[in-house]
Amino acid sequence: MSTTETNASGIGPVEAGSGYSVDNPAPVIEAPRQRTKKTPKSTRGNFEMYGWLFMRLSGIVLVVLVIGHLLIQLVLDGGVSKIGFAFVAGRWASPWWQVWDLLMLWLAMLHGCNGLRTVINDYAERANTRLWLKGLLYTATVWTILLGTLVIFTFDPNIR
Amino acid sequence: MATPVLDKVEAQSAASPYITVTFRVRRFNPEVSAEASWEDFQLEIDPKERVLDGLHKIKWDLDGTLTFRRSCAHGICGSDAMRINGKNRLACKTLIKDINPEKPITVEPIKGLTVLKDLVVDMEPFFQAYRDVMPFLITKETNEPTRERLQSAEDRARFDDTTKCILCAACTSSCPVFWNDGQYFGPAAIVNAHRFIFDSRDEAGEQRLEILNDKDGVWRCRTTFNCTDACPRGIEVTKAIAEVKRALITRRF
Repeated sequence: MSTTETNASGIGPVEAGSGYSVDNPAPVIEAPRQRTKKTPKSTRGNFEMYGWLFMRLSGIVLVVLVIGHLLIQLVLDGGVSKIGFAFVAGRWASPWWQVWDLLMLWLAMLHGCNGLRTVINDYAERANTRLWLKGLLYTATVWTILLGTLVIFTFDPNIR
Repeated sequence: MATPVLDKVEAQSAASPYITVTFRVRRFNPEVSAEASWEDFQLEIDPKERVLDGLHKIKWDLDGTLTFRRSCAHGICGSDAMRINGKNRLACKTLIKDINPEKPITVEPIKGLTVLKDLVVDMEPFFQAYRDVMPFLITKETNEPTRERLQSAEDRARFDDTTKCILCAACTSSCPVFWNDGQYFGPAAIVNAHRFIFDSRDEAGEQRLEILNDKDGVWRCRTTFNCTDACPRGIEVTKAIAEVKRALITRRF
């Protein structure tokens, strides 16, 4: 397939860029997957695979963690009215609930973050929009995880 | 003998099978306007005919400038995939009576690819993704074989579904992930990779899996099943993509 031939037919060649021409006077939208110098190198790594797997596995664990959490906090043993400083202090005195809450925090945040990352990848069309949205997302995620982890580990029930 | 036959033909033509159908076609001509617009055509057509026959009537009798692709007109060449009543179909496999001819029938080019004129799109990005997965038999031994490569019926059945692909792009251009930036390989390329990955005679499955493990490979699939719904050959496209995903995971663990 020679390049002159494809130009004459008005079909954009993939390897090289061409805008207007005598045969193609209307504005041409640059073809997707066109190989230009700016095209990023393809990623050969397993990041996307691990991301995909993580979503499935963390989802299963989160179902147990979150439904258990909601049952304990809102339904069983008096429901939402029992929640107070003393209740939280009592729960976090036990390493079991510390680990539960820590696991739930990390999994939920990373699960949500990865989900939103794919949403941004799917819906943001310009590279700049993607960059800013993802920057915002990662900042918020890291901030929430660090803050939550700090609180779980440094919680002082005797604070007055 | 001849007379009764003639009578019968006359009686049939009296009760005409023809109905009036409106074709609402998405027109685009870059030499006239940068904007695409809808144009309506009224046709007398037998509802047992196909959408492609309606397009032919328009092109041959009403407006010769209407541009669309078709080659075999029998659902094998994959040239005339278009968006008919909002769904990707082959114009040559869609009967008028099956798509509610009381209302105008909308005909648009497939989405996600650059429209060149009317219903003709630039298929180059689609075929580039197809070429990227190396859709040909690769073997390690370089010597030309002296006889055919034998395969058991079970091994052949393993990838039978994905051999049916006619590269019409109905699946890829129905995929919302492909619509975004067109970087995703698309269902059709993955289907054609699947056809060789699961072929017992082929020895480059590992390479193809590595290609599809890319950022824009199978992991961008959101399992929306648009591709399976759109495929005019009835290929279980989403299932094939899931099998490639599973092969990628089991290869690692």
